[in-house]
Amino acid sequence: MKLLVCISKAPDTTAKISFSADNKEFNSAGVQYILNPYDEWYSLVRALELVEAQGGTVTVVNVGPAENDTLIRKALAIGANDAVRIDAQPLSAMFVAKQIAAYAKEQNFDAIFCGKETIDYNGAEVGPMLAEYLDLPFLSFANHLEFDGGKAKVSRDIGDGTEVVEVEMPFVLSAAKDLAEQRIPNMMGIMKAKQKPLQVVAPVDFQDKVKVTTYELPPAKTAVKLIDPENMDELVRLLHEEAKVI
Amino acid sequence: MSVLIYVESNKGGFKKTAFEAVTYGRKTADALGVPCVALVLGAAENAGSLGSYGASRVLQVQDAGLENFDSQVYANVIAQAAESVGAQVVVLSQTANGKALLGRLAVRLDAGSVSGAIALPDTKGGFRVRKSVFSGKAFAEYELGTEKKVISLAGNSIPVEQLGSPVAVEALSVDVPAPKVRLVEIKRIEGDIPLPEAELVVSGGRGMKGPENWGILEDLGKALGATLACSRPVADSDWRPHHEHVGQTGGVIRPNLYIAVGISGAIQHLAGVNNSKVIVVINKDPEAPFFKAADYGVVGDLFEVVPRLTEAVKKFKAS
Ligand SMILES: Cc1cc2nc3c(=O)[nH]c(=O)nc-3n(C[C@H](O)[C@H](O)[C@H](O)COP(=O)(O)OP(=O)(O)OC[C@H]3O[C@@H](n4cnc5c(N)ncnc54)[C@H](O)[C@@H]3O)c2cc1C
Repeated sequence: MKLLVCISKAPDTTAKISFSADNKEFNSAGVQYILNPYDEWYSLVRALELVEAQGGTVTVVNVGPAENDTLIRKALAIGANDAVRIDAQPLSAMFVAKQIAAYAKEQNFDAIFCGKETIDYNGAEVGPMLAEYLDLPFLSFANHLEFDGGKAKVSRDIGDGTEVVEVEMPFVLSAAKDLAEQRIPNMMGIMKAKQKPLQVVAPVDFQDKVKVTTYELPPAKTAVKLIDPENMDELVRLLHEEAKVI
Repeated sequence: MSVLIYVESNKGGFKKTAFEAVTYGRKTADALGVPCVALVLGAAENAGSLGSYGASRVLQVQDAGLENFDSQVYANVIAQAAESVGAQVVVLSQTANGKALLGRLAVRLDAGSVSGAIALPDTKGGFRVRKSVFSGKAFAEYELGTEKKVISLAGNSIPVEQLGSPVAVEALSVDVPAPKVRLVEIKRIEGDIPLPEAELVVSGGRGMKGPENWGILEDLGKALGATLACSRPVADSDWRPHHEHVGQTGGVIRPNLYIAVGISGAIQHLAGVNNSKVIVVINKDPEAPFFKAADYGVVGDLFEVVPRLTEAVKKFKAS
């Protein structure tokens, strides 16, 4: 079994988000980057579990500059066999999907895993775009996955419940919470990761179709109005008359 | 030229998110001066009623291959419909299935896409769409320079409006490819309005002390007609089902009212809820960070405050 896991880099969940003075660019100064949690905790770990149980390899792929190699090595330390970095600064989901599709097309992966979404642009677009480029089925928001012969059984989150489906390999899926449990890399994993292959591939040409023109921070909240805990009638009155939400 | 809205039907009916998408599509179509066409796939009663929300035409494809959702099949069919009506903008709902379709359609139609729009496009001198980014910590304006555009609309972002009257449903005939995904079973959460669509939400954190105490939150939820949510440690400890978890690594919601009970307001929790229109925080610790993000705050013991609030709500509803 040959699995591909797409990993992305994202600002740490505690990062303070700020922009350049003209609000045209994200200010990355002082921002700590992490592997996107959906990719690291759920997608990668489930792929590793399946390969550990049934044999095979897990390759991780990232579209990004050389500075991402530290995070890619972390994925190798968690257990991926090898890594590919497509050497480009991604500016849109379609750019990323196009690059991964160009690489994956010749490789005959049995399944390609993405995270549910990245926690920076929250698009949930790379998975379905990749599936469309490769003309493969796509299963979004998988919270349970089993392989059985050439088939996979996937439980997926559909917003107002879950749905269990079956699909033949190959396919693309996106990983949601519950697909697996986070793994912390151990010392041995970190040592081994240094020796594992990390191949750098040149990007294919692609013209971005969308562009962020401006960013904006939410307006500062006005100071909280404190309500006497004995007087919940007053809170209800304010919610009705002032906030007009009930 | 036209705007095409793919309107999701659910068990043969439509949800509020579907009407929001039609209203959004109609207003976008008006701004561009083109007709607004709604597309329904599979069985749906009363599809013509979508005219009331602004669709000037309603197309329906009925085919055994559309009985269950397969993003590959649905994207293929929506793209064919988009071609047939010369759609320059395709509007979807930002639901679980909508998210699976958006990227596929963008590739298929060679279109620029925005996932989770929160406002109508700005069509003056271009085409710009606003969305929430960095998990609720900021907003971004996307410029779409492509001839075709695909947009999914985040729930509860624009009000549903009556912009027309019912129309006759036209059958659309397209090639429906054979599905590759086979449905085994479907389990829907019964009862409550699902979180992504809820206008009122009551949420509990670790301050609730244990699952046995949730009765007071359920009572408050029932009195208000609100859906329940929770913080991550609550879901991780299995005090509450996982679909109730909101935050950076759970659901991101934008209700009109979010009442946080015994939740400290960690940055990862706020990421999922700070686009709520009004936030009420009930916490015994006046230093809890959540108060900085709140509109109304109650400093007090939740075990006393929540039942009192429930009574006040009941009294208000009865009056
Ligand atoms: C990468 C990452 C991702 C994360 N993602 C999420 C996420 O998606 N969602 C999320 O929620 N968290 C997330 N977290 C966890 C987050 O950092 C906090 O740990 C979590 O939100 C705290 O949950 P809590 O507020 O319920 O509990 P606590 O922080 O323990 O707060 C409980 C609160 O209850 C109050 N309280 C206690 N007893 C009472 C009483 N009797 N009456 C009134 N008030 C009382 C206390 O004063 C306290 O403020 C994430 C963390 C990381 C590192």
